[in-house]
Amino acid sequence: MSSLRQTGAAAPPRTRAQAPRQVGTLAAIGAVLGKELRLERRAPQTLVAMAIFSATAFVVFHFALQRDTLEGGLAAGVLWVTLTLAALLGIGRSFVADRDEGGLDGFLLAPVDRTALLAAKVITMLVFLVAIELVAVPLFALLLLGPSPGAGQWLQLAAVLGLADIGIAVIGTLVAAIAVRTRARDLITSILALPLLVPVIIGASQASEPLLSAGTGGAPARWLAVLALYDLIFGLLAWALFDYLVED
Amino acid sequence: MPTSKRLYGNHLAILAPLAAGVLVVGLVLAFFQAPIEADQGFSQKIIYIHVPLAITTLLGFVWGGICAVQYLRSGNPRDDLRSYTAIHQSLIFCIGALITGSIWAKASWGTWWVWEEPTLVSFLIVFLLYCTYQPLRFSIEDPERQARYAAVFAVVAGAFIPLNFIAVRLADPLIHPRVLGTADGGLTAGMRPAFYLCTIGALLLFATLCKYEMASKHTRAQLRALRRRFGQDAPARPARTSAPEVPAR
Repeated sequence: MSSLRQTGAAAPPRTRAQAPRQVGTLAAIGAVLGKELRLERRAPQTLVAMAIFSATAFVVFHFALQRDTLEGGLAAGVLWVTLTLAALLGIGRSFVADRDEGGLDGFLLAPVDRTALLAAKVITMLVFLVAIELVAVPLFALLLLGPSPGAGQWLQLAAVLGLADIGIAVIGTLVAAIAVRTRARDLITSILALPLLVPVIIGASQASEPLLSAGTGGAPARWLAVLALYDLIFGLLAWALFDYLVED
Repeated sequence: MPTSKRLYGNHLAILAPLAAGVLVVGLVLAFFQAPIEADQGFSQKIIYIHVPLAITTLLGFVWGGICAVQYLRSGNPRDDLRSYTAIHQSLIFCIGALITGSIWAKASWGTWWVWEEPTLVSFLIVFLLYCTYQPLRFSIEDPERQARYAAVFAVVAGAFIPLNFIAVRLADPLIHPRVLGTADGGLTAGMRPAFYLCTIGALLLFATLCKYEMASKHTRAQLRALRRRFGQDAPARPARTSAPEVPAR
């Protein structure tokens, strides 16, 4: 949840920069976010699919690797491949309802800053990712993880997950906004998002490897720094570029 | 009425022989004048091809990103064409850099692919990312939106390159000789002229190929416009294409 609060705190400066006649960006973000969460609550699609996918992926990894327990680098790899591919499912769905049901047109007609849509979508994706991880990570610990990490290591893993989630949510929203206007939406989402997420996967698995090993090793600070740098750069880029993706 | 010189690409007549000349002189210096490296022997000569290709690739991708920013600011289709040709040609140079890098790895470390080699791995990731540029363009039909989305992609991918290099380099121990900069594995004074000439040659070759591709696209657009003017049944633009729209002059 720490990741959620960070993004929420980043929004207010944008509001102040807006022209006074516009509806407050925070209000717009709240409205779109509320719509996304209500939609998912009334007709759960994405979250259920992501959860089932993660659980199945762990079973598949058990048989494919022929291991009962994993630790260290292998455990980090399995966890991050599963989470990344589950995130891809969510990314693929992110703008579909808006395009099909005319939500995007409705938003463009409203006199609000378009960055609000980006922020709302990123927060939605973050909420989804955190929700999935609340299910998938304990399940992973139960099914596959060999050593049981201590409380401090769980906290550090939460920090790694949070930093990685911000990056995945930002890139995911950007890619989803690009891909939703293309013909081969699902193909474009996967081939575009995966290479862009490689630095996140490198950073996250390097940072979580010592946490998932037997012992009391902590996450190396430089990998947290790499993840934070990634979040910062692509967060700013997405903010600068998103307007061009929803122009019409 | 545009002159034929303007139509068929400015400076191409100067650029092409210049690129060929610099490349030939650079390679002749590299193979006959530059000293043979004591450690790696003759196989080290591949850096006169591999490293210039790699430098040109990265600069080309970054140039594509800069042109994309320019396009987003100006909306001028010509900037989109510049960005497209830069990325297209860089992708070809990137394949060259990957293949020569692989050959070099085989010669010095005995395997075609080394995961411990951060620069080579970074190149592969960047290559895979830019491979999606053409499919992305192809799957958007509206030419204006295609250009806009491709520009957004080019900017994001351009910013991705340095981040990717940082992440991959931190993840792996260094074994690649740093050609410029560090003393270890650096170029001796005798190798420098050949190396610099080859790099300039590769950049000139890149510029020539970009100009050539743009001239070819302009010519084709002009030809289509003329055909339409003389009543032939020629469509303004192919129904679906990944190439940018070229305004006929």
